[in-house]
Amino acid sequence: MPRATGVRSWVLWLVVAAGALVMLFPFWWTVVSSLTDQTALGQSPSLIPDNPTMSAYRELFSRTPFARVVLNSLGLALATVVIQIATSSLAAYAFSRLEFRGRPVVFAAYLATMMIPMQVLLVPLFVQMKSWGLVDTYLGVLLPSTVSAFGVFLLRQAMNAVPRELDEAATIDGAGHLRIFARVVMPLIRPAIATFAVLSFMSSWNAFLWPLVILRSEELRTLPLALASLVGQYATDWNVLMAGSVVSILPMLALYILAQRHVVAGIAGTGLK
Amino acid sequence: MRATGRRQASRTVARRRARWWALAFLLPSAVPLVLFFYVPMVRAGWISLHEWNLISPMRWAGLDNFRAVLGDPTTAAVFWHTVQYALGYLPLVLVFGLGIALALNRRLAGRDLLRGVYFLPVVTSWIAVAVVWRWLLNPTVGVVNQVLAWFGIDGPGWWADPTWAMASIVLASAWKDVGFVMIILLAGLQSIPAEVNEAAVLDGAGPWRRLWSITLPLLSPSVFFVVVISLINGFQVFDQVYAMTEGGPGGATQVVVQQVYDLTFRYGQAGSGAALSLLLFAVIMAVTVVQLWGQRKWVHDA
Repeated sequence: MPRATGVRSWVLWLVVAAGALVMLFPFWWTVVSSLTDQTALGQSPSLIPDNPTMSAYRELFSRTPFARVVLNSLGLALATVVIQIATSSLAAYAFSRLEFRGRPVVFAAYLATMMIPMQVLLVPLFVQMKSWGLVDTYLGVLLPSTVSAFGVFLLRQAMNAVPRELDEAATIDGAGHLRIFARVVMPLIRPAIATFAVLSFMSSWNAFLWPLVILRSEELRTLPLALASLVGQYATDWNVLMAGSVVSILPMLALYILAQRHVVAGIAGTGLK
Repeated sequence: MRATGRRQASRTVARRRARWWALAFLLPSAVPLVLFFYVPMVRAGWISLHEWNLISPMRWAGLDNFRAVLGDPTTAAVFWHTVQYALGYLPLVLVFGLGIALALNRRLAGRDLLRGVYFLPVVTSWIAVAVVWRWLLNPTVGVVNQVLAWFGIDGPGWWADPTWAMASIVLASAWKDVGFVMIILLAGLQSIPAEVNEAAVLDGAGPWRRLWSITLPLLSPSVFFVVVISLINGFQVFDQVYAMTEGGPGGATQVVVQQVYDLTFRYGQAGSGAALSLLLFAVIMAVTVVQLWGQRKWVHDA
């Protein structure tokens, strides 16, 4: 790694740091606007709110079912994470540890689903859910994301890095595949599971197109849906819209800051977000 | 002799047993994979050959939907807007992402913190980003135009103005994704062995020379990856358009996915919606294949 020295590196640092402030500004402005009174919005902008008020948040949580919406998003995201880890890790074990005929073909068939864009599946998936009576239900939102080819790929990579001698030692001790899976392999790939958990939480928390299609009633809405409909409802009440954005962004930012290493490693290693 | 025979027999038993285990381990993921990916994929093709409003019985239409979609001037318009988006977005994230990655690959003070800041918007939702940028770029009371006014510049109407609406969406999207590009390129930069650069220094190569002759060629596989992924995602743009302009003003930012949605759920033409979605898939595949074929020309070791 080249070491930067001298005046030029200081100029470089200043440019990069100024860029970082530009990147941060929209977040800061969102928070500031959410704490500003409706009447003071859009007048001489200042970086710190003159008379900070929580009125926008009160409006948001009393006039719209936003508390319920947050719980919807949280519940769906947690369920997605748990289910995807279960299904993906089991499949990853089969691809990493079990010999069976046609394994490469089956693996390719898994990976190929990553190339199918959501909008092609949109119409037929909706029809399928409709025929099962699952339109406007949590289950309808959840079902298509019970499996993640990306997760299978990521966890299989991690399992391949676990030395096979450990399995053999466990086999000699009389352990079967279930025990090797649960007691030997899974504990050793915990970092990969953490990475996948964060990315899977993120994609569920931020998902928009499928929930938009499948959900109808206001009380089932997830955060992105509620936020998008807020734009119509509070067209000019920017403080309320910004409060909604803060509520939507903050949990994800907190999770990212806690698990930064995992998120960055996962995305840098696979290029998927 | 008998011992090897027995060993072989037990190996066959183990292999047969492994097959059952494999089935058991794969079933929980294979069932949803078939039900929610492969079956709908085939069904999309089937629906595209019918006239259907999602309620009354399907009517066979052959290739009529494809003909209708291809002959509809709206199709050309939404594809053109989508291409405008992709061609505006790609150079922006690529140039800035590369610049930031090169800078943050050096030992700068607070490097990890700076990387974290640039990456922050990647984890947020497109809808929240669109709502926030709608406010920042508000033509009358938005902070961007207010700051421009300090310098005596009369800011444009941004998302409210047909000529600036797509630029606004591109700007917000680039802000959100530049950190993603940076992370991919940083990973690429870190895989370039230090010895290569050290050897070049010994040969008397200056920093610009090293950038052009060593770093960029060795980084080209990562750049290629970014271009492929960005174009695939770019052609599927929807969330931010929906929340920022809803395709407006006057349809100026209507994109392909929005048209799929409208055809299916607003105009009751599910067949045409499916046909258009397959058309988009074909275009994305074609663009990707052309890039894979063209990479020999510029990607190192391709």
